[in-house]
Amino acid sequence: MAETSKKNPMDMVFASVTGIASVTVIIFIIGILYVLIAESSLAIKQFGVIKFLTSTDWDPVKNSFGALTNIYGTVITTILSMVFAIPVAIGIAIFVTEISPNVLKGPIGIAIELLAAIPSIIYGMWGLFTLSPIMSTYIEPFLKKITTGIPFVSILFQGTPMGIDILTASVILSIMIIPFTASIARDSFNLTPSVVKESAYAIGATQWEVVKNVVIPYSKLGVFGGIVLSLGRALGETMAVAFVLGNNHRITTSLLDAAATITVTLANEFAEADTDIYLSSLFYLALVLFVLSFITLALAKFFLLKAERKYSRG
Amino acid sequence: MTHERRRKIEGIIALTFSTLAAFLGLFWLVFILGDVLIHGVKALNLGLFINDPAPAGVDGGGLRNAFIGQLMITICATLIGVPVGVLGGTFLAEYARGRTIARIISILADIMVSVPSIVIGTFIYAVLVKPIGHFNGWAGAFALAIIMIPVVLRTTEDMLSLVPWTIREAAFALGAPYYKVITQVVYRAAATGILTGILLSIARVAGETAPLLFTSFNNSFYSLNMNGPISSLTVTIFQYAMGPYDSWHSQAWAAAFVITIFILLLTITGRLIIKWRYR
Repeated sequence: MAETSKKNPMDMVFASVTGIASVTVIIFIIGILYVLIAESSLAIKQFGVIKFLTSTDWDPVKNSFGALTNIYGTVITTILSMVFAIPVAIGIAIFVTEISPNVLKGPIGIAIELLAAIPSIIYGMWGLFTLSPIMSTYIEPFLKKITTGIPFVSILFQGTPMGIDILTASVILSIMIIPFTASIARDSFNLTPSVVKESAYAIGATQWEVVKNVVIPYSKLGVFGGIVLSLGRALGETMAVAFVLGNNHRITTSLLDAAATITVTLANEFAEADTDIYLSSLFYLALVLFVLSFITLALAKFFLLKAERKYSRG
Repeated sequence: MTHERRRKIEGIIALTFSTLAAFLGLFWLVFILGDVLIHGVKALNLGLFINDPAPAGVDGGGLRNAFIGQLMITICATLIGVPVGVLGGTFLAEYARGRTIARIISILADIMVSVPSIVIGTFIYAVLVKPIGHFNGWAGAFALAIIMIPVVLRTTEDMLSLVPWTIREAAFALGAPYYKVITQVVYRAAATGILTGILLSIARVAGETAPLLFTSFNNSFYSLNMNGPISSLTVTIFQYAMGPYDSWHSQAWAAAFVITIFILLLTITGRLIIKWRYR
């Protein structure tokens, strides 16, 4: 192919045009990084790196800004939603690949894909109008009741159940990431060669033992990659949590309190920032989020590529 | 209890749990979709599509400005994003096939697909809103295009890679230069796949809200001017749902209904085409 491309001048043109189009991806990544650093330079100069990342100040009136409350909110909602989502997602993958009769495989696969296609704003709005009242009237008072008196655990459920809090936001986030994790886990499970599974069955293993001792160990790298990928997505999710998290710049120990994530802060305050340092601090937050999610996603890609290589060899 | 019995019971418990998990997934889908359908259909009426918003707090009015604005932003984003994505994917699958640069760009595009969309919004704000001095529709379209490009690029690359190399050799043997082979042979063979990728990428960006919040912003008046702030369905949903009025809430449900149906139809069409073509 190399020879033909050198002979014809039109071909050179087409090759360069397509080449430029593909390089835009690199340009965007470098461009985003450069622009965010440039725009946040004012805040970087004023607050530094360590101080900004560890300060809990977020005070537009006094023009004093720190990212810790936002980072805390992001991390806690992400971790909680992963805790809720991973078992369900892996359960779904096991069901679809091993248990389900063939008639059900199609519909459940489609259901997972549709769940993934619903835009995040719909999740957010549904969370605000439907899930949040359910959480505040039934689930949160119930959790409060059963945990009162248990040391440490009861701290998590202090305060009035309002439905606009970390717990509700995490539940919505978990519903959103279940399909991503489930579909990657399913694809990884499907790659287990049937010969390996059949030999386990032949020595008398039960269906669950085959899943536990053969399928999961065989596909753990891919599943892990899928989990990290969903983590990266959860970190940067905005609209699903913006409705139900409140926008509270405080570090709270109770899951029934409002909080703020980096994304929610950006969504709520970016268009209203009235001073240069305020806007610059918001860009700084965006930079932190970009770096954080880029590293997570790159790690996920690394694991998935490693898994791919392993399967194609084995 | 014998060892065998215990193994069996353990198996039954574990498999029951994964079955329950699968039905929990289905449950959420039915719950969310059902809710959007019920509330949406109730709030749907012709006035929604032909009227502009009433003053805040006053009943009635519609979302014509948001429907038109959403359409314009999405179409412009598609017109920018699709050519760049398809051409970029062509480079990776054809001219740079097997080279390191193709692998690097392909991996970076995969990462770009999942980069937080709100970060792209802040980037576009700095590049296309701040220097101009006001929010504008083009900025929104560019933000969506940036999200679209890696999606289209990756599917195009994959679809072109599926076209057997021998088909290209047959065309080379007739003396065709590579660009003719690509545009007249390879593109035709992969057309359905590329089209599906485009459909799915439109479905992906049509529901995006975060990158529009501070690029195209919002506009409560009917506007076709892409150089000024322009309304979109998603940002309107955000504003109306968070707002205090019941009439706003029901219009937000109606808008959510329309956008969900649109996106699910696109997604299902895309999946059906894949199923029918690449079995």
